[in-house]
Amino acid sequence: MSAVPAGIWSRRTFLKSGGAMIIGATLPAAAWAQGSGAAAMPGTVGSAIDKALGKTLDAAEVDGFFAVHADGSVTLFCGKVDLGTGLRAAIPQMAAEELGIDFARITLIEGDTALTPDQGATAGSTGIMRGGVQIRQAAATAREALIRIAAERLGRPASELEAVNGEVRPKGGGAGINFGALIGDKRFGVKLDPKAPLRDPGAYTLVGKPQARPDVPAKVTGRHVYVHDFTLPGMLHGRTMRPASVGATPLAVDESSLRGIRAQVVRVNNFLGVVAEDEWDAVRAARALKVTWSKSETLMGHGAVRERMRAGPFEADESLIKTGDARAVLSAAGKKFTASYYWPVQSHASMGPSCAVADMRDGKLTVWSASQATHRLRVTLARLLAVPPAGVRVVYLDGSGCYGMNGHDDAAADAALMSRVVGKPVRVQWSREDEHGWDPKGPPQLLEMEGALTAEGRIAAWRTEMWLPKATASLPNVPLLGPQDAGISQPMGISTGLITQNGNPPYAVPNVDVVVHWLKDAPLRPSNIRAPGKVANCFAVESFTDELAAAAGRDPVEFRLEGLSDPRGVEVLKRTVALLGWQPRPSPVRSGNIGRGMAYMHYKGNETYVAVAMEVRVNRLSGEIQVRRLACAHDCGLVINADSLRSQIEGSLLQTLSRTLHEEVKFDRARVTSTDWASYPILTFPEVPEVLIDVIDRPKEPPLGAGEAAATPVPAALANAIFDACGVRLRTVPFTRERVKAALIQHRNKGGKA
Amino acid sequence: MPTYRFSVNGSARAVQVQDGQQPLLYVLRNSLGLTGAKYGCGLGQCGACTVHVDGNAVRSCRLPVSAVQGRRVTTIEGLGTPEQPHPVQAAFIAEQAAQCGYCVNGMVMTSAALLAKKPNATLAEAKAALAGNLCRCGTHHRIERAVMRVSGSARKSAAAGNDKVQS
Repeated sequence: MSAVPAGIWSRRTFLKSGGAMIIGATLPAAAWAQGSGAAAMPGTVGSAIDKALGKTLDAAEVDGFFAVHADGSVTLFCGKVDLGTGLRAAIPQMAAEELGIDFARITLIEGDTALTPDQGATAGSTGIMRGGVQIRQAAATAREALIRIAAERLGRPASELEAVNGEVRPKGGGAGINFGALIGDKRFGVKLDPKAPLRDPGAYTLVGKPQARPDVPAKVTGRHVYVHDFTLPGMLHGRTMRPASVGATPLAVDESSLRGIRAQVVRVNNFLGVVAEDEWDAVRAARALKVTWSKSETLMGHGAVRERMRAGPFEADESLIKTGDARAVLSAAGKKFTASYYWPVQSHASMGPSCAVADMRDGKLTVWSASQATHRLRVTLARLLAVPPAGVRVVYLDGSGCYGMNGHDDAAADAALMSRVVGKPVRVQWSREDEHGWDPKGPPQLLEMEGALTAEGRIAAWRTEMWLPKATASLPNVPLLGPQDAGISQPMGISTGLITQNGNPPYAVPNVDVVVHWLKDAPLRPSNIRAPGKVANCFAVESFTDELAAAAGRDPVEFRLEGLSDPRGVEVLKRTVALLGWQPRPSPVRSGNIGRGMAYMHYKGNETYVAVAMEVRVNRLSGEIQVRRLACAHDCGLVINADSLRSQIEGSLLQTLSRTLHEEVKFDRARVTSTDWASYPILTFPEVPEVLIDVIDRPKEPPLGAGEAAATPVPAALANAIFDACGVRLRTVPFTRERVKAALIQHRNKGGKA
Repeated sequence: MPTYRFSVNGSARAVQVQDGQQPLLYVLRNSLGLTGAKYGCGLGQCGACTVHVDGNAVRSCRLPVSAVQGRRVTTIEGLGTPEQPHPVQAAFIAEQAAQCGYCVNGMVMTSAALLAKKPNATLAEAKAALAGNLCRCGTHHRIERAVMRVSGSARKSAAAGNDKVQS
């Protein structure tokens, strides 16, 4: 990656072109770059950025990540971004620890394509385990370089020196030299050394401790600048007119319907929007504009998805895992168990609709976006708007939590298209209806399982068949809506994240067969959603494991432990059920309405270990499920920020409880129909259970991801608890009251316990 | 253009707005530069836009500016600052009760209104008061703890014969 020429985006240029440094007294001046709290003091971030423009973006160079200033403070340039996950504290914690400097002396710049190396999208639980680890290695390299410089100055061997509190000093004591005096405002000029020695985790003073996140005070006092709050002088407010149905085009636009509203229509082929100086005028215009849309009924409707997935058309079948001969053992088995599980289309359902600000003038484009992947978005926007990549800068600003790719990148393209037409900066914010209707969706998943038991009640053979939309090979990005409507060609295809992982039981089974039937298409435009694919896969695998345990008349925990040899897995499983006071017995329980269930996950087969157990009460009349206690033990190796980690675990648990209990995107032949919080309900406070978390810290192990793993065992643990409580097995998500009630009635009619 | 006069965070403000039906949210964010209240749904379903009008928690996305003429509006900026947070804000900081934080305006404003009326609110009362405030990140547990932290300290202070809440 080459450096961006200095001068293109210096603060001076910003001021001349009406920069956000003068956006008025009410917004913090640091709004033109991200930041809040102490690090966002006007001028601090601004001058750091001014100095830094033109720096290398090369992730192979220490200078790509770090600048040490004359006063000894450090700027850290991080390609990963804080999506509300706490990276803003955790990554500086790792860097400060390894450098040997106070946490407070590090200023973080995130996801600014003119300043930060491309560390890949902040997705797939890679923030710490890849992004943070890479920065830790750069910090170790920087520390060694500082020690070498100090050794020369002090005339002592490097081996006798150490970096502590922002200075290099003799290990035995004596005067040291401040980092600023060693290299202040000069380049390191050193390649990142993958072998630079790391500090001994036993001596950590910052890593592993709960570190308060720097953005929280500004967030809870209304001062944090989200992309939604960012303004530029002369900026117009834009609203996109999304088609009345998927695939529809505007046949007629009656601009006279805007009479009396100070707004203007922006049209690029079939892309339609309105812009106004005043945001309320833009909102009114979007509501008032009369557009005649073509009829388009290209969708299958949510009720048809499950059957259509079986019917195809198919791209291919693929064998993912084949151990032993599951087919032969199953066909020879006296009793074969089968079950089919379905996970519906779900929305990221961000609290704030997607938003972006774009300024396209003089052949250059600057975009402020909450994208998970600013570098990727930069390349995408350059291609779509036919601007040289060197003329595009994307700056990350916080958005509403996205949990995968929601509409943020689409909003960025919408804003860029409108700005290009009007020649002014444009802020586009989607409506609630836009966000629920048009964000890329988590794809549906259908799984069928077959299993057989040995005479001793162990799993003899297991087959998983998956029906999944096939992700398009090397698709550069999820196709964006605005450019598509504007008739700008872009690579089309499907993006899903890695959705086949964890389709096999994480236990010793001699005969296992996992196959996937790849579908050519998906019912709505898909993208990655938290723990892509693995939430549904764990739901099916760990529900079916429970079904087999129940058939064997065994306690579900004992049944699992028998096939689990990995000691880290064994520990999370045991510690999880201990939180709940689990007493061994087979499911279902013999009396009452209260049941318990658990599920276990080794994320992606080689990452975080996690288990979830819960206690539920089932109301047999109303079908209402009340989760009373939710327990989770979690082992993601080395813990970085003990508090942020718990926060991520809590969030994963509660969000997935919401997805399992309530969420399914509804759509008819034309459009998404669940476009608000009434038709797409999520978890509310009265439903929130007691949450018990046990974090296992393993300082000698590498740090693994924590943003997704704990989400995955939640649905199966819930299904297993419901089965335990009332003998009813739920295999279709969401577990709505109506669905539970229907299942209870069916169970009773079959002679089950009432 | 009609002028609407009301108090915002203790100061008298006059705003000229063409359409009296313009929701207060847009006036606060764009005319007055108070961006703490957020647009979440525009339907009164999520609570991200919550402000206090005469001490009551209301949804500013549905409230016409003409309806606050002569009334007292408090926004999250008016409760406290990062340096001098309101007790509820201090409790949210202590519990680190925000992930993305987009909903947190509504959480803080709803909790502050509840605790102003019921200084010893129970967890069940807190859950009921926050039932219409949605959070997608799953920060509910910390928000509950933050509310109980303030409620608890109010109880403790009252027991000690001290009517001042420790922040």
